Amino acid sequence: MADLSKEQYLALYRQMFEIRRTEEQLAKAHQAGLVHGACHTYVGEEAVATGVCAHLTAKDSVFSTHRGHGHALAKGVPPREVMAELFGRVTGCSRGRGGSMHLFSPEVGMMGTSGIVGPCILQATGAGYSAKLMNTGAVGVAFFGDGASNNGAFHEGLNLATIWDLPVIFVCENNMYATEIAFSYATRNTNMAERARSYGMSAVAVDGNDVLAVYQAADEAVRRARAGNGPTLIEGKTYRTRAHSEGMPSLGTYRTQEELDAWKARDPISTYKAKLLQSGAAAESDFEQIETAVQRLVDESFEFAKNSPYPDPSTVSNHIFSAS
Amino acid sequence: MRELTYTAAAREALAEEMARDPSIFVVGEGIGQRGGNFNTTTGLYDLYGPMRLRDTPIVERGFIGMCTGAAMTGTRPVVDFMFVDFILDGMGELINQVAKIQYMSSGRLKMPMVLRGSIGISGASATHHSGSYYPLFVNIPGFRVVVPSNAYDAKGLLKTALRGDDPVMFLEHKALFNQKASVPEEEYFIPFGKAAIVREGTAATVVALASMIRKVNEAADTLAKEGVNIEIIDPRTVAPLDIETILQSVHKTGRLLIVDENFGPCGIGAEIAAQVTARGFDDLDAPIQRLNGVHTPTPYSPPLEAAVVPNSAQVLQAIRDLLAE
Repeated sequence: MADLSKEQYLALYRQMFEIRRTEEQLAKAHQAGLVHGACHTYVGEEAVATGVCAHLTAKDSVFSTHRGHGHALAKGVPPREVMAELFGRVTGCSRGRGGSMHLFSPEVGMMGTSGIVGPCILQATGAGYSAKLMNTGAVGVAFFGDGASNNGAFHEGLNLATIWDLPVIFVCENNMYATEIAFSYATRNTNMAERARSYGMSAVAVDGNDVLAVYQAADEAVRRARAGNGPTLIEGKTYRTRAHSEGMPSLGTYRTQEELDAWKARDPISTYKAKLLQSGAAAESDFEQIETAVQRLVDESFEFAKNSPYPDPSTVSNHIFSAS
Repeated sequence: MRELTYTAAAREALAEEMARDPSIFVVGEGIGQRGGNFNTTTGLYDLYGPMRLRDTPIVERGFIGMCTGAAMTGTRPVVDFMFVDFILDGMGELINQVAKIQYMSSGRLKMPMVLRGSIGISGASATHHSGSYYPLFVNIPGFRVVVPSNAYDAKGLLKTALRGDDPVMFLEHKALFNQKASVPEEEYFIPFGKAAIVREGTAATVVALASMIRKVNEAADTLAKEGVNIEIIDPRTVAPLDIETILQSVHKTGRLLIVDENFGPCGIGAEIAAQVTARGFDDLDAPIQRLNGVHTPTPYSPPLEAAVVPNSAQVLQAIRDLLAE
């Protein structure tokens, strides 16, 4: 196990648990009609965002994709702002202009999730360019799925970040399916790290359900970036255990119950908890305390979001331009 | 007053702003030591080096997306795209990201990006190097779209673009690059959304853009000798569009022609005509008319190419037809 303090171990647990509980609350809210549009949950993939964002500060920029609630939460957006955004309320992190797929909170370095697969790779490269030009020591981080790796943005972004030695971390969450198209169908080379290395950059594949493995890989990648030694791709092999989007069938025609059950047995949160208990790094009472506190936070966040006002329709044309 | 070419005037604007603001950087193919395919950055690499004059691979979507992220994180990218046709590969980044980031983030992110380069039909460039496309960008909320017609405007408008926080499509007609105009030594800015009255007159209003201004001026010279005075308006920016100046002119003249090298359907002329009809109908003594380039891909062979661009004789005839209504 990584050599972390008890507080650090538990902080990782707390973050994953917060994402899980928030997502479960959002799924319920979607069923209740409180989420007006799409809702792609991050359930099963929490270890990746958690392990990476543990190394980031507010000056570091995260760019994400349509499955981005977990990235926003791990980057420090409060659950109530994420929930309120999905409920279309003015208190949401994008003030009701974005929804599930457009979560913005530049105050904490959450530079947006995107409904289009791929652009986050290029934008994180640009954040790296800004950091290098202005010498800020910041890094740009892109979270994206295996689906994005067959998009032109992947080729263009990885190549640019490499030739200019930009401080960028490309985090590919390989959950095996682009919506419902298997990664093994979509490419003849499923070795993501090897594909990244072909551009001349550092790359590593880790168990994306093992938060400590992600944490260690990200630690190295962030250090490399901050030291001016260029980008890294981290492939986290993981799995989403809920449907692509809430309301869609969880198995569909593309995966089996056996596969789903096998991945659920490797749940990143419960396996991590068992590991910490077994090693004596934390006690049952530590977890109870965290779980109670997180549940309270999520409950309060839900009430806050549900009771928040909708935006004023007269503001609909505000913010198209900088001075408006 | 000294005279500068269009290209030199725009380059001076860039050089002044780069000297003032260290967060400005330029990306493009051959804009480093080479100084740009159209000499847009000549001499700047020696002053500011490779981080601020960044040669890129041929990767239009990539560098537009990269500059989007840069603009979101505290720097001010200038995309020197050479030919506007080339950035069609980046249309998704432009429309889905660049134009929408400020709105999606409820105004907490800015998008200070200038995309500049050549437009227009000139010199048998054929159809992948002759596009203009500005109505596409006008149609999308979030872009400023600038179409300077002379060196003086090119400098003042580019200065404004480089100081602002909005994405600007700065589109330079290649037939204008070597044309000279008086450009003062003193610093000046030209605001967006403020049309220029190029020539005052009372018989008819002609709104023209970019390289069409010169042709309309030639026609107006001919008509002036006949005692007919045409008013010529150059919108300079098509988003925002200074419709007020056009309405005031039509109020005076009662007649309106819009001359635009770019296509007619859903074009700038259609937009101007709709707005003037809605708000200035009682001022009109004749139907509003448009003269546009032929709605076709741009052919290569010089006689074919010449056939798609409105020429001086056609401009003159269009004005005569309007006056005869």
